[in-house]
Amino acid sequence: FSPVGKMFRAVVRLSTSGVRSLARIRPCYSAPLASRCYSHAKVETDEEFDARWVTYFSKPDIDAWELKKGMNTLIGYDLVPEAKILDSALRACRRLNDLASAIRILEAVKDKSGPHKDIYPYLIQELQPTLIELGISTPEDLGMDKL
Amino acid sequence: MLHLTTGRVGCLLSKQAVVALTSSGARMSSHGHHEVSDSVDMSQPMYWDRLDTPLPDRPWKDVLDSTDKSLKQKEKGPWTALSKEEKIALYRLKFNHTYPEMKRPSHEWKTVIGGMFIFFGITGLVVFWQGHYVYPPQPHTFGEEWQAKQIQRMLDMRINPIEGFSAQWDYKNKQWK
Repeated sequence: FSPVGKMFRAVVRLSTSGVRSLARIRPCYSAPLASRCYSHAKVETDEEFDARWVTYFSKPDIDAWELKKGMNTLIGYDLVPEAKILDSALRACRRLNDLASAIRILEAVKDKSGPHKDIYPYLIQELQPTLIELGISTPEDLGMDKL
Repeated sequence: MLHLTTGRVGCLLSKQAVVALTSSGARMSSHGHHEVSDSVDMSQPMYWDRLDTPLPDRPWKDVLDSTDKSLKQKEKGPWTALSKEEKIALYRLKFNHTYPEMKRPSHEWKTVIGGMFIFFGITGLVVFWQGHYVYPPQPHTFGEEWQAKQIQRMLDMRINPIEGFSAQWDYKNKQWK
């Protein structure tokens, strides 16, 4: 209880000493409007984000754990990955001799699109050269998009 | 003093938790009609089917027979050489459910709604039985004659004559407005 009492007494002292002492105190809310309390961290642009992920999956000796970690993290984000990132990931699957994961990635991307039904066909269209080159069949080709 | 009591409560809860765990463990081992225990070994990499985590820690089928092994060998070559069935087989080796299978609707809602209605029905029966066997007879003031006299008395007293009860009564024509 004693610290509160001291505070109270300090406040009383301040008010009795007059306006002169109050002028010395500058509360932070009287700062100019232009400065906001936003973080000063640099915001990554979309291109930087894409480039970072393309580089991640492009690692020549990427291992299975890194592929899993990368994909699970990427799918955890609130976005549908760009075609170039998926291309890089599919090529990583090829280096790891893992066709199943490649198909799984396509399924996951379709699910990520949610109600936006036009994203997945667009991505497949963009990835067609890679899919043909690597011989990856889409879930639709294999009849796995139906129950 | 407060410190001691929270500690005591915490100790009690943990004791109950331990009892619950051991008793459930006992129940599980008493099932005994299959070798594989229902509890998952959390010290090993797990498999999962999750929409938000597409690639689990381990493949679905760990033990591969010779056909599976030869297929995995073929997977190391160009995938264009694989037939559709082989590709599907490779997928099924690594994963249990496809995304559509994970998202398949269940019939659980019917159980839930049905169960709800059953309980409503049972409650209704209980309420009805209660009304018949438990409740004492209604007070005499609920009777038709008494109620009529009561209403007449309220009108005579001019209960809420401006906006309420008596305001709805047409005193001139002796009827409700």
